[in-house]
Order: sequence, then C-alpha cells, then structure tokens
Amino acid sequence: MVDGPAEAFRQEWGRVLAALIGILGDFELAEEAAQEAFATAAERWPREGVPSNPANWLVTTGRNRAIDALRRRRVLAEKTRLLAAEAEEATEMDVDRAIPDERLELLFTCCHPALATEAQVALTLRTLGGLSTAEIARAFLVPEPTMAQRLVRAKAKIKAAGIPFRVPPDHLLPERMAAVTATIYLIFNEGYGGRGELAGEAIRLGGALTELMPDEPEAHGLLALMLLLEARRAARTSPAGEIVLLADQDRRLYDAAAVAAGRVALERALALRGRGPYVVQAAIASLHAEEPRDWEQIAALYAELTRLTDSPVVELNRAVATAEAYGPATGLALIERIDGLDSYRYLHSARGELLARIGRTEDARAAFERALDLIDDEAEHRLIARKLRDLSP
Amino acid sequence: MKYMMLIHQGDSPTPLTPEKWAALPAEEQARIGADYQAINQTPGVQPGVGLQLPETATTVRVADGQTLTTDGPFVETKEALGGYFIFEADDLDAAIELAARVPAARLGGAVEIRPVQEW
Repeated sequence: MVDGPAEAFRQEWGRVLAALIGILGDFELAEEAAQEAFATAAERWPREGVPSNPANWLVTTGRNRAIDALRRRRVLAEKTRLLAAEAEEATEMDVDRAIPDERLELLFTCCHPALATEAQVALTLRTLGGLSTAEIARAFLVPEPTMAQRLVRAKAKIKAAGIPFRVPPDHLLPERMAAVTATIYLIFNEGYGGRGELAGEAIRLGGALTELMPDEPEAHGLLALMLLLEARRAARTSPAGEIVLLADQDRRLYDAAAVAAGRVALERALALRGRGPYVVQAAIASLHAEEPRDWEQIAALYAELTRLTDSPVVELNRAVATAEAYGPATGLALIERIDGLDSYRYLHSARGELLARIGRTEDARAAFERALDLIDDEAEHRLIARKLRDLSP
Repeated sequence: MKYMMLIHQGDSPTPLTPEKWAALPAEEQARIGADYQAINQTPGVQPGVGLQLPETATTVRVADGQTLTTDGPFVETKEALGGYFIFEADDLDAAIELAARVPAARLGGAVEIRPVQEW
C-alpha cells in the first residue's frame, strides 16, 4: 500500500513513465504527462484518498493530460484526432486492467549503444530512478543546466534517430544486456566512491532488472555483486575517514542483511548456470565476506575473470590474490608480466606492497612514489604516504 | 524512419585504390562486390551512388559575396564521404544491422547513420 504521493513517486515513477512512453511513443510528452499526473495526485490524494490502483490512476491521468495538451497545441493534427478518439473510449479507464510493465523496454532504450554512456546513465536515473535533474547533476558534479541539456539531447536523439522502445530480439540481447548491466554498475560505482544515494539507486535498479528478467543469470550476478560490495561500506573507511584495506576490514561492520541478500542473488545466478563476469565477481565478493578467506579459490576465480574479460586490471587483482594464496614472489611475478597499466595507480601501490614484503625496500619505495604521483584522491594519498613511511630505512 | 547511410571508406581498399585493391585475394574482392549488391537489393534500400576519391573534391565557400574555391574535401581526406544509400526501416536497430553489413565498416572505414529530415 502506498502512503502518499511522495512514496508513490519513488515506487511508481519508472513504471508510470514507461507505460506512458509505450502509449504516447514520445519521451518528452510522456515525461510531461507523468509530471502532471503526479502533481494532480499530490493535490487530490490527500483530500480524496489514494486510489485502489495508484499506478493505473497515474497512467490514466497522465494519458488524458497528454491528449489534452496535444489537442491544445493543435500540432500533428492527424495524430491528435486519433488520440482523441482513443481517449473517449478510455476516459472511463480500465482502472482494474493491469497496465503492462514496460520498464524493461524503457531500460533497454535508455541504455541503447547509440547514446553516449553519460547520457545512458543520466537518462536511466531520470526515467527509471525518478531522480530529478538537479539530483543527477549533483551526483555527477556538473551544473544543473549542463545535465538538463544532456537529458534533452538524449531524448531528442531517441526520437529523431528512431531508437526503438522495446526489449531487443534474441540475436541482439546478449550485447544489449551487457550495456544495461554496465550502465547500472557504472551508477553503482559512482555511488561506491562516496555518494551513497547512487549506490542505493543502482541496487534498486538491479533488483528491478532481476524481477523483469528472472531467468537472466547476469542480472542476478550484478545484483549480488552490488549488494556484497555495498555490505562493506561501513568497514571501508575508518571513523577518521582513512581507507581501510579489505584485508584489514572489521567484518563485524559488514551489513549482514546485505551479505545474506547478496548470497541469495548469487545462489540464484549459479542455479541458472551463470558463469558470466558479474556472477564471477559476485562469487569473489562473497568469498571476501568469509573468515578465513579462501585466497586460492579467489585467485582461481580471478583467473576465470581474466579469461572472460581479458582485462589487465582483473589480472592485477589475480596477482594480488595469488600473492595472498601462494606468497608475494609468485604474485609479483604475475604483476611484472602485466602490460598497459603503467599509469594505473593501483598497479604501483600493489607492486610496492609485494616488493616491501619480500624485502626489496628500495624498489618498493620507487613503486610507492610512482603511485603517489598518480593519485589525486586525498585519502588514497595518505594511505600510500603511510606505507612509504613504514618502509624500513 | 528513413535513414541516409553515409559510407566512409577510410583506409578500406576499393577499386578506386588499385594497389590496395589488388592486394586483396580474389575471393575477398568478389565477396565485397556481392555484399554491396546484396545491400542494394535489401528491401527498404534505395541505392545511392559511389563517389570518386576525396582527392578529386572541390570545396566552395562564399564570403562577402566572393566565391572561394579550394582543392580537396570539406573534412579531412581520410574522413571524407565515399558513397551513400537510403534505407527505410522500422527503427535504428535495423539500420545498425544493415550498416554492419557494409564492407567498408569491417575494412577500416565506417558507416554513419543519419535520420533524414521528414516534414
């Protein structure tokens, strides 16, 4: 049950907007209509009570408003007449008929590869997350007019270029599914760095994706990964704001409910025979939440992830896990073989750490200094500076 | 939706670049010809024309009533247009799939999809 307009807004915005886009075939028009419908609800529901089916009420109201607006504008005369005819039949609306859930169509449209990544992210947060333009602008540290323009351009492109509002056919699905999960994970990572509200939003979107595609293992894998990472939030920084490395984290600070929910999602993904990158990462995150950590298993999963992604960053993680499982020299040998990460700060900090452990202090010092040159985050800078001081002279 | 499919040859070999073209195996040459032909026969496609090399282009501007004529294309030579066709399709996904079948796209060039202005 819905408490009132504010609560309904969070819960229903994406669904109502998706339904209106499905009906009206136009993002801009649908968004205006949804806004009007929610404004009308804010005015009426406190007085008249919340309708038995809030989503239907909002979609019906939004649709009628859109038709009125089209009529007033008198543009696209033919279309207006057509819509008007439909509206008359439907004014009494269908309060009980279920409105099809078109959030998945909306998600695939927002994450279409013909849109720039930053536009995909902004559009997904605006349409499915129901965040305001101002909120999205704040989260990405850009001025509000810049974000507003980004959204307007993206919506204009969807319309002008004919980006379809649909779930892609099977032969396009793997590639498009990867774009959707990447967008949600990008939103999560923006939030993981500190802006917690975005991480929560990404988890909500991931949860919605698992509801909409219950048989898709990577959707469950993504949700599991985000929950398991988010569970560590409180343990990742000390009360003084210093970074606490995974190995030093106090597991009592992990959010047990989030760990449990993450593992449920992971089980589901594995039951669906998921072996994709998100499932493997979630499996690694799950092992990290255990005591003692099974580093051999973690290193093996990173090897699998390297195979899937061919990413040197993943290979670096494998090297670090290998160092924990089989000793620093073995891990270091893997790091020395990595190509193309010379300007990646974590390569140098990890290398410095392993060099220090095998007593190559001077090499470790050089590596930490190289890392410091590449770091611009203050907390990370303090962490590496501390390691540098701790090196025996 | 109606799309103009702009083919940029980039570095891709074409019969207009005989040396690079001759370096291709005969079956690859035949495949490229057949692929373009198949595209022209795809429902919704209105074949366009191929253009001569960008080196043959002349660019004209008018400033203060004066016609300024320069040698070469408006954009960089290697970014210049090589040909086009029109494709009428349901949506952008259909246009992307067809663009991916244009040989230039896999041979070092690219296809730009531009929706046509319709009133």
